[in-house]
Amino acid sequence: MAGTWDLDVAYVAKLARINLTKDEAKIFRKQLNDVLQYVEKLREVDVTGLDAAAHALPVFNVFREDAPRDWFTAEQALSNAPRQANGLFVVPKVVE
Amino acid sequence: MTENELAALSIADLQSLLRRREISPREVINTLRARIEAVDPDIGAYLSLDSDAAVKEAEQANVDLPLGGIPIAIKDIINVMGQQCTCASKILNGYRAPYDATVIQKLRAAGAIPFGKTNLDEFAMGSSTENSALKSTRNPWDLARVPGGSSGGSAAAIAADEAFGALGSDTGGSIRQPAALCGVVGLKPTYGRVSRFGLVAFASSLDQIGPVTKTVRDAGLIMNAIAGHDPQDSTALNAPVPDYVANLGNALRGIRLGVAKEYMIEGIDPQVRAAIDAAVKQLNSLGAEIVEVSLPSTEYAVAVYYIIATAEASANLARFDGVRYGYRAENPKDVLDLYGRTREQGFGPEVKRRIILGTYVLSSGYYDAYYLRAQKVRELIRRDFAGVFEKIDALISPTSPVAAFKVGERVADPLQMYLADIFTIAANLAGICGISVPCGFAAMDGHRLPIGLQVLGKPLDEARVLQIAHAYEQSTDWHKARPPIAPNLPKA
Repeated sequence: MAGTWDLDVAYVAKLARINLTKDEAKIFRKQLNDVLQYVEKLREVDVTGLDAAAHALPVFNVFREDAPRDWFTAEQALSNAPRQANGLFVVPKVVE
Repeated sequence: MTENELAALSIADLQSLLRRREISPREVINTLRARIEAVDPDIGAYLSLDSDAAVKEAEQANVDLPLGGIPIAIKDIINVMGQQCTCASKILNGYRAPYDATVIQKLRAAGAIPFGKTNLDEFAMGSSTENSALKSTRNPWDLARVPGGSSGGSAAAIAADEAFGALGSDTGGSIRQPAALCGVVGLKPTYGRVSRFGLVAFASSLDQIGPVTKTVRDAGLIMNAIAGHDPQDSTALNAPVPDYVANLGNALRGIRLGVAKEYMIEGIDPQVRAAIDAAVKQLNSLGAEIVEVSLPSTEYAVAVYYIIATAEASANLARFDGVRYGYRAENPKDVLDLYGRTREQGFGPEVKRRIILGTYVLSSGYYDAYYLRAQKVRELIRRDFAGVFEKIDALISPTSPVAAFKVGERVADPLQMYLADIFTIAANLAGICGISVPCGFAAMDGHRLPIGLQVLGKPLDEARVLQIAHAYEQSTDWHKARPPIAPNLPKA
């Protein structure tokens, strides 16, 4: 398992798209390294031959009819938008 | 009957009064509203209360339906059409639900009236409700202490007679632990027993909605309404729904109850241990056979949980980006600035911590070491339970190793807070069902603090778990105790 002292909080926060203040990053580094040190105990478990349990109970291949149905109107879907115009969500320019 | 006596009724007793037309659904809403206005300034269980909508629904209520005219409080992480759904986060500021969650549709179909949205740890991440960005909720048994969490608002509302029944959600103990700390009943159903459609997702492979109530029977009555298959949730199990109250009252003779030796850990408060020992004797005297069993992977459950739950949370909470709903940072200079500052300003510290941890354990180079390994150990935990359930009908343990702790006492050390989830977490990892039922009190600083007994059952064996909890409850007086809140309410 990876070492526990290399959690670069600022870098991971960037991956997670969360700005952090320097103070926050410092506190989180200490707290999260404590947690990572604690989970190191999983290294002692022999996991050879074990399947990963993505789900607790065996349910596979749940399909539904691929048929159109009523859902939100555009107006309902936009009803909570922080900014909207012409039936669309407004965001800062993405493409130059 | 005074307003306080009316507010203290169980769902089953309130139902009798309604069906005998001794009280109207409208009077019930008015009584509850008066009770909430009197005690909630001290307790802080509710984030919002749409009285006008509830009164309107009460006027149409059909009291002969299974939950006809019964108001049910809803954890504010479940969508109720037209109402706010804050998840106790600033990032959902201004959001109004454009639809009803499946559980809300089902409650309405059973005649119930969703009334009030209850406080929680932000996005259900926490064990004390102190992580709410919006409000502080206090334990009705001692206002200096936490109600537990994350469904702390729902549990405190039930304990303080501010609700007849409530819905919570349980990802690692978030229904059972606050129920234990507030001295009420909380049931976490089997994963997939209740639809998650309309529950804002925290950890999708662990989350489950369930009832918080004054009695075990009431939990069964709510389960009768909300359990079942839902095409909107591909993980909702397509299995028949039994009548969850039909077998209440059946004797415990022949039932085999397991006590896991790995659960006898050092960190258990002596008063909690004494209460659980007494409960085990009581269950034995009721005819149940007590069997010692072993769950060898128990010591890894908390570590597995905090990898899997944070990984899933980091993916689920990516949707809160300031684009489609909720809070958006002002004057973003580009789209990355929009995301980064919206999430900085919108999320509280515990949510940020968990998203960062979850992002890390899923990131390139660490995925196999953390996430994949955790999922494999999860399989061992699941097998532990599957193995013991071949020999026993249910497991019994404390719900929480300690009674309610003081506000502020544990916030600085997240790891210590996580470790207190030891008895509840494994049930979510294994997908099994479990209930917490009051089993005594710890004396602390001149207050009586409730203790909870946990009964864990096989997948889809909620009826059995309810039967065991009911038999225990009815043979004791713990559920009749009310917290020392004495507002001066007028006589009804």
